[in-house]
Amino acid sequence: MPIDNKAFEAIRIFFTGVGGQGTLLATRLVGEAALEEGIPVSLSEIHGMAQRGGVVESSVVAGNISSPTVADGEADILMAFEPLEAVRALPKCHKETYVITSTVPIVPFTVAVGQSTYPDLERLYMLLEGKVAHLVRVEAADIANQAGSEKAANIVMVGVLAALNRLPISERSWQEALKRTIPERFLDMNRKAFDLGRQFGLHVRN
Amino acid sequence: MHELLMPETDRKQLLLGNEAIVRGALEGNVRFVAAYPGTPSSEIIDRFYQIAPEANVYVEYSVNEKVSMETACAAAVSGVRSLCSMKHVGLNVAADAFMTLAYVGVKAGMVIVVADDPSLHSSQNEQDNRYYAKMAGVPMLEPATPQEAKEMTLAALDLSEKYQIPVIVRTTTRVNHCRGPVSLGSIPDESPKAKFTKDPFNLVVVPMVGRKLHLALLEKLPKLQKEADESPFNHSTGDGKWGIITSGVSHLYVLDAVKELGLENRVKILKLGFSYPHPKNLIGNFLAGLEKVLVVEELEPFMEEIVKVTAQEEGLTVKIAGKGENLIPRAFELDSVKVKRAMKACFGVEFQPTEIFSVPELPQRPPNLCPGCPHRATYYSIKKVFGEDAIYPTDIGCYTLGLLPPLGMADFLICMGSSVSTAGGFSKVLEQPVVAFIGDSTFFHGGLPGLVNAVSHDHRILLVILDNGTTAMTGHQPHPAVELTADGKKEPKVSLERIVRGCGVERVVTVNPMQTQKTQEVLEQIRSEMQEPGVSVLISKSPCPLFERRMLRKKQKVVFKVDASCDMCKKCLSELGCPAFVWEQTQTEECIRINAALCSGCSVCAQMCKSIRPEKISA
Repeated sequence: MPIDNKAFEAIRIFFTGVGGQGTLLATRLVGEAALEEGIPVSLSEIHGMAQRGGVVESSVVAGNISSPTVADGEADILMAFEPLEAVRALPKCHKETYVITSTVPIVPFTVAVGQSTYPDLERLYMLLEGKVAHLVRVEAADIANQAGSEKAANIVMVGVLAALNRLPISERSWQEALKRTIPERFLDMNRKAFDLGRQFGLHVRN
Repeated sequence: MHELLMPETDRKQLLLGNEAIVRGALEGNVRFVAAYPGTPSSEIIDRFYQIAPEANVYVEYSVNEKVSMETACAAAVSGVRSLCSMKHVGLNVAADAFMTLAYVGVKAGMVIVVADDPSLHSSQNEQDNRYYAKMAGVPMLEPATPQEAKEMTLAALDLSEKYQIPVIVRTTTRVNHCRGPVSLGSIPDESPKAKFTKDPFNLVVVPMVGRKLHLALLEKLPKLQKEADESPFNHSTGDGKWGIITSGVSHLYVLDAVKELGLENRVKILKLGFSYPHPKNLIGNFLAGLEKVLVVEELEPFMEEIVKVTAQEEGLTVKIAGKGENLIPRAFELDSVKVKRAMKACFGVEFQPTEIFSVPELPQRPPNLCPGCPHRATYYSIKKVFGEDAIYPTDIGCYTLGLLPPLGMADFLICMGSSVSTAGGFSKVLEQPVVAFIGDSTFFHGGLPGLVNAVSHDHRILLVILDNGTTAMTGHQPHPAVELTADGKKEPKVSLERIVRGCGVERVVTVNPMQTQKTQEVLEQIRSEMQEPGVSVLISKSPCPLFERRMLRKKQKVVFKVDASCDMCKKCLSELGCPAFVWEQTQTEECIRINAALCSGCSVCAQMCKSIRPEKISA
């Protein structure tokens, strides 16, 4: 599909997930692809204590924007690697936001020990659909398993993002970025995960 | 070749702000680096550590920030360019060295990277370290992007060498942990030879030398101000009757805000990258002819104060707003929306903020001690023996997470090393037993003087040193008593137990906390010994499982399962709080199980419950 580079002004993508899901690698992959394409880009990450099973947030801002972060109400795309975290990040969204969420819950510790309950997934999706214009649910773990490992779910998610065509990034740049970000011994599997994610995304979009 | 050592190239690299600082230091021929890790600065010393042999740079993880600054300044005084980096509160630790190093100065360039943390993403406070530059009379550069971080590190080295004074590169989390395109310059391959010239009447700060050096420093400041006034890092853009003065990452928020409000032709922006000594001439010229000025900076009104002073000195009546009018918040990070809101109030322009969606109450997802973490086992046993009533001063590290329920084993914390000293104070005024927790790395960083103090004053405390053999929270950096390395186990340079005994502590026991029964027996013994005044130390020694897995690539042999005999007493949930446990309820029954993917096989739960049994992992 040809990419309309001229119409592209800028985009803000907010990533959220749980420590250990590879959100930062996914963030970096998008950043490298944008850089490869020659689009101005900056990424923001939060490290440190957050990694110990807590929420991990990051962002990619590409195009004609200076701030590296995404303020409340500013995310054009929300990449949620966990459905509960998609809802928690709602204040980052606006009415036209594309929410791409993995459907695989990671039960927070507070739920696991019975201090609170994990909300019904369908209700979470209804809540999201009632606020934002687009919701894409991705069976990221299943798709990643088809590629060879559940661990590649983060790359599946980026594949879905690539299919939505909101970022004018060519196939060559995505492939180059994958090569730059993924260790060689995992590259083939992750390329497959990316492709399967993209196929899923194209299917949803059409 | 490490990506940070790549030769000069046309292709920009996507670097973390911290990596850009490393690259700038390499291009500026820094050959000596010392630091104690601390978020958000840690990747600076970590990357240097990775490339040290290849880059021919001496790199050390120092025991604390004061030591790192002293070590690094000796190199710079001997003609070798050096760098030390720290998180913002690290400069409090190093402040004693810092204040007088400003007098004594350096021969080769020395950069001190200080990483502030507005919004306290990973810190105990959000102090604004820019005031340290002013207090010491040390020049300061404030980058906004990774590219600037590289350029300013390079420029800071030259500036430092020219004026023979260390230079601060002050960052914030959004610079350190922002990743952006950075252009690579060349890295010199000549390493200078170190040479120390004896000059005690300029290098040994007795009062008569200090007096002279203070006057010399005061003479440097106007020259440095001239540098700031003329610096390419300080520049203005745009045009109009309104002005914005800003620095660091706030500049980026301002650029977006001005553009999105369509005010490019109505607002002039002065961006200060070389922010101390204050470029007062530049500020004065900028103010002239303006009607209203908004100062946009995170945290304290550092620039705003000097802008107001400058206006007064220049006899200008321009209206200056910022923190003063409560337009720019004094706490937490800014963003472009907060800036737009302030611009609306200051300049009276139209701005309709986007509706912010509200979120129903959701289950919290706080960070937690990992499954198999030995800290959890230690806390479990100590709570069994010392109970809820004892006072538990704690310290800074992963183990601070013992604060959260169900463990709830943290009562007081102010800074690195405060556990042991505050415990001593509590023990003098309270009746309850006082049990303090400190990690191994933190003990070396700031706990030692407190322990010596407690011994010499007979403080009746138990100090528990949580020895997991690494600096876990900041990313598994080494410390003096580390035994586990990529090559396996080695004899540590410094023995924790011998140090503790050397401080004069007689009641010292080392236990493996993963053996809960034995640990509790030892604790009972200590508890009865604590009838007598004096310090007891328990070294609770078991490696961080994440670190051990990474270093030894050890394969886990068993997982634990809850069998049918479980009577749902739920003590595993209410006393241990391991994140591998799952409580489930259907309409007819409830059950507890262990998530096999999370279980580390540590066996601590099985030691407290007969219904939990191991199961071999089939290959």
